[in-house]
Order: sequence, then C-alpha cells, then structure tokens
Amino acid sequence: MTSADTAHPEGPSANRQAATLELRHISKRYPGSDAPAITDLSLEVAAGEICVLVGPSGCGKTTAMRLVNRMIEPTSGDILVDGRSIIDRKPSELRREIGYAIQQIGLFPHQTVAENIATVPKLLGWEKRRVAARVEELMELIGLESAMAARYPAQLSGGQRQRVGVARALAGDPPLLLMDEPFGAIDPINRERLQNEFLRLQGEIRKTVVFVTHDIDEAIKMGDRIAVMRKGGVLAQYAPPAELLMAPADAFVEDFVGADRALKRLALQRVRDIDLWDVPIVRVGDSAAEARRLAAASPIQHVLLVDGERRPVSWLQPTDLTGDRVEYHEGRVTMVELDDILRDALADLLQGQVMYGVVTDHGGRVAGVLSVEIISEFLAHQASGQIDEAPTPAERLA
Amino acid sequence: MLPLAQVHIRDRTAQDPSCVAQNGFCPDWIRDHIGDYMSPLLRHVELTVVSVLAGFVIAFALALLARRRRWLIGPVTGVTGVMYTIPSLALFAILLPITGFGFVTGVIALTSYNLLVIFRNIMAGLDNVPEAAKDAATGMGMTDHQRLWQVELPLAIPEIVAGVRVATTTTVGLAALAFIAGAGGLGQQIITDIVFKSNIVTASVLCILLAAALDLLILGAQRAALPWRRAAG
Repeated sequence: MTSADTAHPEGPSANRQAATLELRHISKRYPGSDAPAITDLSLEVAAGEICVLVGPSGCGKTTAMRLVNRMIEPTSGDILVDGRSIIDRKPSELRREIGYAIQQIGLFPHQTVAENIATVPKLLGWEKRRVAARVEELMELIGLESAMAARYPAQLSGGQRQRVGVARALAGDPPLLLMDEPFGAIDPINRERLQNEFLRLQGEIRKTVVFVTHDIDEAIKMGDRIAVMRKGGVLAQYAPPAELLMAPADAFVEDFVGADRALKRLALQRVRDIDLWDVPIVRVGDSAAEARRLAAASPIQHVLLVDGERRPVSWLQPTDLTGDRVEYHEGRVTMVELDDILRDALADLLQGQVMYGVVTDHGGRVAGVLSVEIISEFLAHQASGQIDEAPTPAERLA
Repeated sequence: MLPLAQVHIRDRTAQDPSCVAQNGFCPDWIRDHIGDYMSPLLRHVELTVVSVLAGFVIAFALALLARRRRWLIGPVTGVTGVMYTIPSLALFAILLPITGFGFVTGVIALTSYNLLVIFRNIMAGLDNVPEAAKDAATGMGMTDHQRLWQVELPLAIPEIVAGVRVATTTTVGLAALAFIAGAGGLGQQIITDIVFKSNIVTASVLCILLAAALDLLILGAQRAALPWRRAAG
C-alpha cells in the first residue's frame, strides 16, 4: 500500500458515485393540522444533478428536503436513494451517508473548524489519520488556509462559516447532499461568490444535491432542474431552468418566476456563449494613420489601446490620434470577463454607463467587445426561437 | 459546655492578656492560634465539596431524565424549590432523629440546598444550546446519546458551571451552621467562643476566603477547559 492510498482514500478524484433520488407519492400531514404539508409529491433526481426546491414560504420545500434524511417522517409514500427505500434504514446511519447543510449552518461553537469538519468521518469511525487527511483536503477544497483549522466558529466571517458548513456536509463523501438555503444568511456579494464556488466545486465532485431556496434567481442559477412548489406542498412544475423561464406550466409558476423572466434568462448564459464583436486593437508606437482608418471602419468608431500583453489600456477616438504614432493615453475601460454571466455583464455595462465593454479572458487579454445591443439581439433571438439546450450550472462555470 | 470550651481556647493565650480578656480583636492572639482553625477549616472544605458533588450528581441525573421527559421539570423544580426554602436550622433539626448527629446529616442537608440551583442551571444550559447546532448534529447522523455528550453538554458547561459556583459559595456559608447537626466546620469554631471577637473574625474570614478560593478554582478550571469561550470573546 502506498502512502498516497492511505492518506487520500476519499480524494475528490476517488469520489463515491453520486446517488439517484426518487420521491414516490409522498404525503405529509401533521396531526392536528387541516392542511397537508406535502401533497402527493413525486420527484426524480438524476445522479450528479442539482435539484432546487423553490417556492414561497410555507410551500413545504424544507419539509420535502428533510424527508429525505428522515428528519421528518412521511405520512405516506416512499423515498428511494439509489433505488433503495430509506424507510427501513436506521435514521442515524442513513444520515451519515447524506450530507446536510442548513441556513443557520449550525457549526458547533465549542469545536474548531477542523473538529467541525471531522464530525461525520468520526461518526463513521474513520481512523485518525484518514480523518486528518480528509479535513486537510476539504479545507483546501473550500479555499480556507490550513491556519484556520484551529480557529473556532466565532472567529470566522459569515462567508467562512458557510464554507465550513459546506465542507462539513461533504466530509463523509456522501453520494447525496441536502442544502437548506445554505447561502441564505449571507450578504449578496458574498452569496454570489459562494454560489459560484459551490458550482465550481460541484463540477469537480458531482454530487446529487437537493437545494432549497425561496429565491428564484438562486434557483435558476444553481439548478439543473427546478421544482417549483406551492402551498400545501404541491409540485407546480419540475423542469430545467430554461424551460421554466420559457414555458411556465401555469399562472402560479409564471407569477413566481416573475415578470422579468426574459431578463432572468441572462443568468443562464455566460459572455462566452454569445457572439462578440471584434475590436480594432492598437499598441503604442503603431501608425496613427492606420489607427484612424481602423477607428473609422469600426462600428464603435474607436480603437482599443492595449499593452504588450494584449491587456486593455484605454479607448482612443480619432481626435486622440493626431501625431504620427499612437501615443500612450490614460483611460477608463469597462471590462467584463468571458466567464461572467450575461446578467452581471449587462449590469456592469449599465453601471459603467457605457455602450461597450471589453471582454477579457483569464489572463486579462482582450477577447472582443460586448455591447448592450448584442445582449438585446440575443434576447430577441431566444424569445423567437426554441429553448436552447442550456448548459448545466456546473458547466456554465467550468 | 460553652464556658469550658472558652477556657480551653483562651488558656493558651500568650501576649497581651488585656486584649483577650476584653474579647477584643487581637492580631497577636490570632497569629498564635491560627493553627487551631486548620482542622475545622478542613472539615468545612469536606462538607462543602462532598455536598456540592453529591448535589451535582443528583441534579445531573434529574436533568438528564427531565431532558427527555419535559413534564418532569415542573415537579423537580417544585420539590427542590421547597427544599431550598426550608430554614437550614429547621432542616438540621428535622434530620437529626433520622440520620443522627454527625457529618452525614450535615451533608444531606447541604446537598438538598444545592439541588435547585444546579438542576435549574443544567436545564437552562441544555435549553440554550443553539437549535441549529442540535439540528445539524442530528442531521449529520448523531444518535441522541452522541448529541447529548458531544454537543449539548459541552455547550451547556458555562451555565452548569455558573450553577455550581453559586451552589459552592452558598454551601460554604450554610456549612457554618452544620455544627448544629454535629458535622463540625468553622461554625463549630465560632460558636465555641461566640463573644470573643478574634475568634469570630478569624473563623469568618476563613469562611470568606474559602468561598472565594473555591469560586476562583472552579472559574479557573472552566477557563482552562473552554478555549472556545475565550475565542468568542
């Protein structure tokens, strides 16, 4: 046995197979309550997919999620994980195989970050060395320095706590993960970052995830498939996000998805997914006459000054190109990245009060130009056309 | 009996006989006789420690029972509350015919006074454990037993210790009356020469110092045992 075998037996590369999940005609009625909490809910989640349960408060989405690890017992119906009913499983053993992350996180305040993450591996009776290796691996996976391992939850920021919560849920390498508004208690900027991090992570680990949220935007962003639920735990529609936006099943879904569902489709696409405009590029020392000609020929009427690495410096208009040679000009360029989602890119353009944004790649090099015009054309095209096969959330981030 | 004891204490007096004769506060006398107080002090410590430990064990068991059977909280609080209100003098008197004259009777009475405060603080500590931590513990697959010992009790320690501190300080004070049950202690020393200021002051100061020392000891132990509390600031 090599040391690598023993040190990282549960590494991301050696992930356990994701599980399928199936809810069959689940009903839940609390004693003494007239209205059922869940009404005949049937749902299938394919292995490695994120299923988002979304709906207004009181729609039973959290109840539905908690049925899966038997934190709540159904009144009738069956739940199958990997084709096997969970009803005859011992709850504590079942739960150790299902990752669990909740909005309030519920980190144990008296335990360090490392101890918190080690909870399920310890319950599973892993050897000390294997637990330590797993903790280290997860710290790296969620991007926390190893110095943080000895900290207590009270010493962490909100975002760091959420990350630890997710790491703890993943620690036992569960084939199925339950997340109840895991990023709900975080400010919008950090929430966005955590969502992206999680999708990137999901691209690597490919767990089956049941994700509860009340926020339709988060649902659209995170979900491979979205289950919209309404009061009484009734499933209103279960569909991929693009389909939900293009073809809401009924007035309730349409209303819940919102009047701006056309705009929401922008959240499904990245800048790299649409056709960008080319941009005429000049460098310091290039012929000014040639630059003027390029600017005149371009629909933008500008040329873009770049540095030696092809990174944008400033926009130049013909009046900036007076001499023989192109000279250095200080300037302000609104930039978006190929990986940005279209909605955010549009927001950047509007915020910068500019018509054009320079699109850059990972290295900050110019890849093209995005304009408000391109985006509106894209939307018009989509509205008239069929539902494109949208990439999965993890693919969108890949 | 009392005059004899008085003579016994005072006949070993050395300097400054006028101070002692006037039942005054005589530092010299105290210095020479402090050794006489060590044995009662030790007995006082025994009474306190045994009573608090016994009270803790009983209250802890009751709390674990009441944690699952919430209906027990009312009756347990009621009964221990009544015990708490019985005047100590009366309780010693009531117990004497049953358990006899001596240490055990003193301990039983003192223990009964500890139950209420320790029980209530254990329950409060358990009740104040964040719901989310409990939910996460169960949701990750801890059994009820594991959740209790690994999450709830550790998090309840600050409140439990607070209860033990109050119980300890109270018991040091109450134990000064345990001589009535024949259990000895510093109270015995006070009553032996109730008119002699030096005697009263010495015994009382030792009582106060004992209470303070035990309190600091428990507090220090808690600090050392709970690094996460320091982290929380």
